[in-house]
Amino acid sequence: MLSSLKGMLITLVSTVKGLRAPVTRQYPSVPTPVQPRYMGFPALTWDEKVDEPYCTACMVCIRNCPTLCMSATMMDNPLQKEGKSSRKKIVETFEINLNRCILCGICVEVCNFDAIVMSHEHELSTYERNGDRLGQRYQKETDWIPPTELAKQAKAAAQPREQKEGAPAASGEPKA
Amino acid sequence: MVEVNNIDMDAEPLEMLVNMGPQHPSTHGVFRMVLWIDGEKVVRAESHIGYLHRGSEKLCEGEQYHQIITLFDRLDYISNFNNEMVFCRAVEKLMGIEVPERAEYVRVILCELNRIASHLLFLGTFGLDAGAMTPVMLTFRGRERIQSVFEAISGARMMHNYFRVGGIKEDLPANFEQLVSDLLPDLRADVEEADKLLTYNEVFIARTKGIGVIDTETAVDYGLTGPCLRACGVPYDVRKAEPYSVYDRFDFDVPVGIDGDSWERYYVRVEEMYQSLNIIDQALEQIPSGPVSTLGRRLIRPPKGDVYVRSENPRGEIGVYLVSDGTDKPYRVKVRPPSFCNLSVLEVLLKDTWVADAVIILGSLDIVLGEVDR
Ligand code: SF4
Ligand code: SF4
Repeated sequence: MLSSLKGMLITLVSTVKGLRAPVTRQYPSVPTPVQPRYMGFPALTWDEKVDEPYCTACMVCIRNCPTLCMSATMMDNPLQKEGKSSRKKIVETFEINLNRCILCGICVEVCNFDAIVMSHEHELSTYERNGDRLGQRYQKETDWIPPTELAKQAKAAAQPREQKEGAPAASGEPKA
Repeated sequence: MVEVNNIDMDAEPLEMLVNMGPQHPSTHGVFRMVLWIDGEKVVRAESHIGYLHRGSEKLCEGEQYHQIITLFDRLDYISNFNNEMVFCRAVEKLMGIEVPERAEYVRVILCELNRIASHLLFLGTFGLDAGAMTPVMLTFRGRERIQSVFEAISGARMMHNYFRVGGIKEDLPANFEQLVSDLLPDLRADVEEADKLLTYNEVFIARTKGIGVIDTETAVDYGLTGPCLRACGVPYDVRKAEPYSVYDRFDFDVPVGIDGDSWERYYVRVEEMYQSLNIIDQALEQIPSGPVSTLGRRLIRPPKGDVYVRSENPRGEIGVYLVSDGTDKPYRVKVRPPSFCNLSVLEVLLKDTWVADAVIILGSLDIVLGEVDR
């Protein structure tokens, strides 16, 4: 009897505490904040400087994916012929079957070009069976900027100030 | 009409077969228990497993070493870090590489946090098994706190894929100190609250004390490990018996029980949570700075040979037997899952108990079907 009363007291205390700071979030209407390192579905990054993806379809991530859920095709880069880009080859189609992706982050780890990142996207329900196959869904389409990109931008913003005296024509132009 | 006076008292009891599971709210997963009952008494019990069999061990043979870590995440899906740890240690032992100090400390901190998260889940669901509705609400709050920290560190709440052979994936986030110093007092309060709420509750004690008693001999015979074994009074803990990683640098106790009944299996886990909190405190004091990985992104190709490595999971001793043929994929990976061995004693325990206690006894073993079936 006494212990039951004690239990009720504890419940009451934590209820009162709970009233002061509610932990429940109205999830679909109020989005849940995620941590900076959160691994959502992978997405390709976009090189703003030459307006093309970083990905060269080198297939490293595709071979390393534990669930074999990605595929890509490569093509000659038309922008390279025009002299705008230094990439000889570029990704033509890139598909991630998000039904099979387990959000492990291995593809990001193995990519040598930082061309793929784990986005914060985790709500991709669609109405069709194959609706969640990620076609060429580039980072550009989402408004989330990957931390690697932010770091690069910060670096690029810091560098020209030092370089300005010596070499004004720095190739690594910062791009906001 | 049956004449009451003419009932043959010596007749064979009428046994009825009852299926508990695979979809039953109290079986903690897809587990089927077949009970032969006579009235309210369990005459015989049989456990049927395999509903969650995914062939993990066979899958490991087709994956490269760094991909297997994702499979180990999914064995015991409540204590993922502990599972990653044992596989990484197996490959490290085979390759004979050292792990940087800092990585070891990070691993220990995460494993102990995961142990608390796992035991909190057990505490809540065991309360549910015994008919207490409130503890699960409180313990899930504590577990949620831990998982937010995991998300900040590894990027995922449950399937982390954070440990690597030779270290960890990346260093702790910059705000780690802040995260943990926010977490630990709350966590200690959560554990204490749930402990106070449930442990000495009269109804809970009446439902669990003296139920499902395992004597020491049976426990050792059936290969029980972890809290199930320690509740019988055997102070066996791999962290003490065969210290791995940096566990020999911490001062902690191995809580043991006396009677080996359901209540003690519960209480050993509660005590373990306090010990884990102590270990985390000590580890946070001692954690050095430095590199976190020796191998980096190199392809892992261990030499030919085999190795057996064990470590202490929240549920008991997990062992990995790894055979390598010198390629980038293992030849064989055999897992000794603690839940599977602990479950084997169920048939002995359930004999001649009441049906209502079957749920408590199963709950007190704290099985995870992902690991039992693999
Ligand atoms: S994302 Fe990276 S690893 Fe994958 S194909 Fe593109 S460049 Fe290669
Ligand atoms: S996150 Fe993992 S499963 Fe998903 S595409 Fe990348 S490597 Fe494959």
